[in-house]
Amino acid sequence: MPSNRTLPELVCPAGNLPALKAAVDNGADTVYLGLKNNTNARNFAGLNFDATSAREGIRYARERGRHVLLAINTYAQGADIGRWRAAIDEAADLGVDAVIVADIGLMDYAARRHPDLRLHMSVQGSATNYEAINLAHELFGIRRAVLPRVLTLDQVRHVIENTAVEIEVFGFGSLCVMVEGRCLLSSYATGESPNTHGVCSPARFVRWEHGAESLDARLNGILIDRYRKDEAAGYPTLCKGRFQVADDTYYALEEPTSLNVMEMLPQLIEIGVAAIKVEGRQRSPAYTAQVTRALREALDAAGREGSRFTVRPGWQQALAKVSEGQQQTLGAYSRPWK
Amino acid sequence: MQVPDLVLPPLVARIASRLPATPPSWLLVGLLNQLVRRQVLPADMSLLAGRRFEVRVLDAGISLRFTADEAGFRVDTIAETADLCFSANAADFARMMLREEDPDTLFFNRKLAIEGDTELGLIVKNLLDSVDWSNTPVGRFMAA
Repeated sequence: MPSNRTLPELVCPAGNLPALKAAVDNGADTVYLGLKNNTNARNFAGLNFDATSAREGIRYARERGRHVLLAINTYAQGADIGRWRAAIDEAADLGVDAVIVADIGLMDYAARRHPDLRLHMSVQGSATNYEAINLAHELFGIRRAVLPRVLTLDQVRHVIENTAVEIEVFGFGSLCVMVEGRCLLSSYATGESPNTHGVCSPARFVRWEHGAESLDARLNGILIDRYRKDEAAGYPTLCKGRFQVADDTYYALEEPTSLNVMEMLPQLIEIGVAAIKVEGRQRSPAYTAQVTRALREALDAAGREGSRFTVRPGWQQALAKVSEGQQQTLGAYSRPWK
Repeated sequence: MQVPDLVLPPLVARIASRLPATPPSWLLVGLLNQLVRRQVLPADMSLLAGRRFEVRVLDAGISLRFTADEAGFRVDTIAETADLCFSANAADFARMMLREEDPDTLFFNRKLAIEGDTELGLIVKNLLDSVDWSNTPVGRFMAA
């Protein structure tokens, strides 16, 4: 039976203006982006937006009836809180549709200084239960929360049933090792973590060493993984490396893999998810275009077909090709735990 | 328009590798400088100045070597290891340039190799990604 629910918003990543246009042109309802500094969790050299490109992007999206969100989703660091506050001010000045924030101090600042600026709680805020989300709603008036990728479908439903705040979930992209907002693993190797410096495995610590038979990934000298010739590779993150544990060398923490919820779209629509997010602001416009196009078609089909919905091979191929490690999983959504 | 799945025959590499390397590098450098001059390539040259680059087109058997200064790019004639080297087959470079494929995808699939300074590689990748070709004559050839 087709669902009567309205379709969730498709929220797509943009690391630059061409990616933003690719997202809009291929059917994203909403595009999210970051500024060129460590106020967002994709702080890579040459990536992200300055005021000029952000304005141009917002204009492009608005003219086509789409929304733009600004991610300010790292934690303000003691010595320099001003930079994070300035980012909030800039978001208000740019007139984005909402900011995606993790730090509750920043939420407080935004709520007081810019009461009309819509607040979304970032996945980095690590709010996994409705009490936490409702509290942030009471205190700062957050309008949407992005759930960490640790909840089963039933748990997501339980959150939605107990809050007035819109719930956004991840639909596709590189998977993180399920301690979102709390991961310090890359600090162990480099002294920098996603929440403090806006990047895990900072590129300046990464070296790819080509041997005769293998490719070695090193993070600040630490061997993260050794790929055989032609074996699919992943990002050089500690959580997805192969390590020697008790005489066995294997993916001791997590495998390089991508989340893909395509087959679960009818259920996500049914339980009332407000938005489905695609990971990947660090990827190129080609990725944004391919993933957005596939998910747009799949989401529209799931809305029309309800429980009769089946995943078309073409969509699956498009997503499989761009996946990290070329593997895909339903992640926590399908876990049996209660 | 899609780039065909084509690997150049080994003969091409055998012949090309015996030809002087400078003319293709000249061509690339000339093109890059044009793009910088016309402000299509929003390059912050201070990030690239003094660095040496190598682009190896594996199936064509050619290696393009160039370097940069504050003003622009020039052919690199010194036979030292480059700071950054990209290697791929011609068709995969074409897919990447035309935005049919994302470099990370090619990298995961082991069709693109990056050696040297990874951060410099990211700067170059993000620089190419940020070019808005839609306002240029090549815009109509781009896939995304």
